[in-house]
Amino acid sequence: MQTLITFLPELFLAVSASLLLGFGLSKSSDRSVLVRYISVGILVAFAFSGFLLGRPAGTSFSGLLFNNDFSDLLKCIIGLSAAGALLLTQHYFQSEKLDRYEFSVLTLYAVLGMSIMVSANNLLSMYIGIEMQSLALYIMAAFNRDSLRASEAGLKYFVLGALSSGLLLYGASMVYGFTGSLDFETIRASIEVTGVTTGVIAGMVFLLCGLAFKISAAPFHMWTPDVYEGSPTPVTGFFAAAPKLAAMAIIARLLIVPFGDIVGQWQQVIIVLAILSMVVGALGAIVQTNIKRLMAYSSIANMGYALVPLAAGTVAGVQGMIVFMTIYIITVIGVFATILQMRLRDGMVEQISDLSGLSKTNPAMAASFTILMFSLIGIPPLLGFFGKLYAFLPAFEAGLAWLAVIALVASVIGAFYYLRLVKVMWFDEPNREFVRAPATVRIITILSVLLIFPLLIIPGIAGGLLGFAESAAQALFAQ
Amino acid sequence: MLEGLPILSFITFIPLLGAVLLAIFATTSKGDARKQLDIQAPKVALIASVAVLILSILLVLDFDIAEAGFQFMEDTPWLGGGIEYRVGVDGISVLFVLLTAFLTPFCILASMRSVKSRILEYMIAFLVLETLMIGVFVSLDLILFYLFFEAVLIPMFIIIGVWGGKNRVYASYKFFLYTLLGSVLMLAAILWIYFYSGEQLGERTTDMRVLIEELSIPGNVQTWLWVAFFASFAVKMPMWPVHTWLPDAHVEAPTAGSVILAGILLKLGGYGFLRFSLPLFPEASLSLAPIVFWMSVIAIIYTSLVAYRQNDMKKLIAYSSVAHMGFVTMGIFTFNMQGIQGGIFQMLSHGIISGALFFCVGVIYDRMHTREISFYGGLVSKMPVYAAFFLLFTMANVGLPGTSGFVGEILTMVGAYQVNPWIAFGAAFGMILSAVYALYLYRAVVFGEVVNEKLNDILDVTKTEIFILGSLAFFTILLGVYPSLITDVTAASVEKLIEDFEAAQIAVGVK
Repeated sequence: MQTLITFLPELFLAVSASLLLGFGLSKSSDRSVLVRYISVGILVAFAFSGFLLGRPAGTSFSGLLFNNDFSDLLKCIIGLSAAGALLLTQHYFQSEKLDRYEFSVLTLYAVLGMSIMVSANNLLSMYIGIEMQSLALYIMAAFNRDSLRASEAGLKYFVLGALSSGLLLYGASMVYGFTGSLDFETIRASIEVTGVTTGVIAGMVFLLCGLAFKISAAPFHMWTPDVYEGSPTPVTGFFAAAPKLAAMAIIARLLIVPFGDIVGQWQQVIIVLAILSMVVGALGAIVQTNIKRLMAYSSIANMGYALVPLAAGTVAGVQGMIVFMTIYIITVIGVFATILQMRLRDGMVEQISDLSGLSKTNPAMAASFTILMFSLIGIPPLLGFFGKLYAFLPAFEAGLAWLAVIALVASVIGAFYYLRLVKVMWFDEPNREFVRAPATVRIITILSVLLIFPLLIIPGIAGGLLGFAESAAQALFAQ
Repeated sequence: MLEGLPILSFITFIPLLGAVLLAIFATTSKGDARKQLDIQAPKVALIASVAVLILSILLVLDFDIAEAGFQFMEDTPWLGGGIEYRVGVDGISVLFVLLTAFLTPFCILASMRSVKSRILEYMIAFLVLETLMIGVFVSLDLILFYLFFEAVLIPMFIIIGVWGGKNRVYASYKFFLYTLLGSVLMLAAILWIYFYSGEQLGERTTDMRVLIEELSIPGNVQTWLWVAFFASFAVKMPMWPVHTWLPDAHVEAPTAGSVILAGILLKLGGYGFLRFSLPLFPEASLSLAPIVFWMSVIAIIYTSLVAYRQNDMKKLIAYSSVAHMGFVTMGIFTFNMQGIQGGIFQMLSHGIISGALFFCVGVIYDRMHTREISFYGGLVSKMPVYAAFFLLFTMANVGLPGTSGFVGEILTMVGAYQVNPWIAFGAAFGMILSAVYALYLYRAVVFGEVVNEKLNDILDVTKTEIFILGSLAFFTILLGVYPSLITDVTAASVEKLIEDFEAAQIAVGVK
């Protein structure tokens, strides 16, 4: 079924973003706060629009985009996490005197790009989505344009992003050359006829390498620590959440739809990416002293974990990836909301040692951060454990038990650096006290911790949530 | 009397409720109210833990000892896909629930005066810990079990790290990472079983009752799974050579932390062997039993020798705990009635005795703030009541007839003798060594002249301490002269365990 209605949410996002841009421009007085709240509203509306419209699965623009349960669910999570991250920027930008309405608009455009990514059904629309997202993200990374570090981060991100785009395009052109199409379903049909050719495999590997940049999977991770450290903290929080999920989703779609019949060909690539990311993430984080760099390595490791279920190439695997990523996003937004609370009288700090003795000076913040850390380690009964549970189970089903064991052992190594944060907060002597954080930041932290803590313990709730992820995964395979 | 009530959930979650209430009060109160709360917190914790104790006593009284299966079952939908909230007790686990409920109030009582800083957080950590430990013993679902088993790490990490001694950070890391590495391997095995149950039974489940009765895992895979579970339980136990975290953790933990660690946490491993390793992997258990035997004997002899060379009282008792746990693993892997009964008895009795010994160390540590053995000497003339208690527990630790320590060791050795006399011989040799280090400790601390002037003003035990030590002494002797109190409760379930175990051997043609 081909109709514009499947494109309505994106259309809404695009039109409102453009209108907001005009609205911000039209008057000299500062409208950044108003624009931010409107943008948050738009994002929330966008997040649920897929469900509310109740539209059937279908394509738009001659098969460039394909909407189903899979893309609806991911858009919902992306929209909500972007809204959360946008709310976090408010106080930070105001106190750093950076508050411009453009930031909110850029967020909307980035989400539009991600939304196109997750529903892309053609290598071209995939590329357009990725570029649209990335261009917005480059500017966001360098948003503090007077800061040397932020500009460096933006530039680094841009240069390496351009490289990854090059890889993507090269891969796409090879796939086109050997299958004669950019359309996902036609590629699949063509591979079925011609069999696996070297050209297709090479093209697919290039595509995966380009996408691996976007999820910062090792060995394509080197930009991550610098960009995480250099970007303004709330921007880093945004980077760590929604774009990762969008890129992960397009990887899943690419692997399952056009290359779904040649699992054996890409499985090893994904396995190598997963193992390298887990190892690099776990080992690299140990020596970090800056909490944002630490979170960068943590995200590399977590992308490795998320690739483990994907390597299985099954419905349960995609479901596991969605569950894991959602839980990771909830946690990581909580973590960055906490990092934003690390403000002394003379400005933000981001060294791990600045947290020392936090349990004495600010017990509530220390307790919530501790819960977040234990969740990242994956200790039950916290949500992080269930993320790993559903991420690693598919690997067993696909006969990749050894991969799951490596992942579990890597998570023990990872435990070491998360524990260091807990240790600093609880066992060390207090430092200077942080100033009281603004309400929005605290509320988002509390929300995240509350979600992490009791959600899956309560009987009944868990089953329903897992059901959403399952139907999304099934939709991907039904395509 | 208790029919229809979710009594096990009450027992499990009452402490957690107390902890949550304390946490809510703590975040909402400021200034003087907060100070007041610090004073009230131990009382709240005590009330919660005593309530749990009363309920547990009712539970045991209502427990039908003739019934071998699980009682007080609760089964509620949880994650779906065969993973549900299932709790229940049989003859083996019900006593561990009671032991936990029994020791926790004493720990809280003992901490009231000795813990000086952050008493509120301390109480919260202890209540959470109690919930988790009871949860381990009552859960009958693999994932639920793992959830409780692993979550224990969080409060213990905080307890050792915040209220521990000088080297606490190192000890807490070592404790955490060792046990985490062990448990993730077990998680991998659990996931495999979950996946395999779907293959074999048609429907995935982590229900222990179903898995024990119906699942039969191929022999070569059993070995792998057994090793994965073993890695986890052996670290928790702890068995030689992965025991090195225990002395560090013990030395740096506060007194009550040590009591919980030695009294209950070490039992999680032994309980795990009984509940999971034996019933789920009978073939692998049988074929790998010789390795466990030798590891146990090495543990008994080696750690006894190491214990003798310690100059820190807590370290000495910690190494003696490792030795005593050697008897437990030896008993369990005999797969006969005496051996397993003895293993369970040894765990329960060691829970009481080692707990009491750590309390004894705590008593003088609170007064002198050192645990150096060479610091002390001649305490008998200054603290006669204390010396008497300490003597009783030292003797119980050695395994003197008439104390509960004797029953556990003799039963496990009788069990081991039937399987391999050399093993029993090695263990008996370890008993002699235990007398060596225990008497050395007692002589150096209690007997002799008071050489250290600082000891001149040391006071004898207070009423609270007499109450704690007296209650523990009562049970040490009671169980020593009347061991059927325990063995009668466990008999039916252990018999069923052995029957199932042998039926599994026959089914695959081993026997």
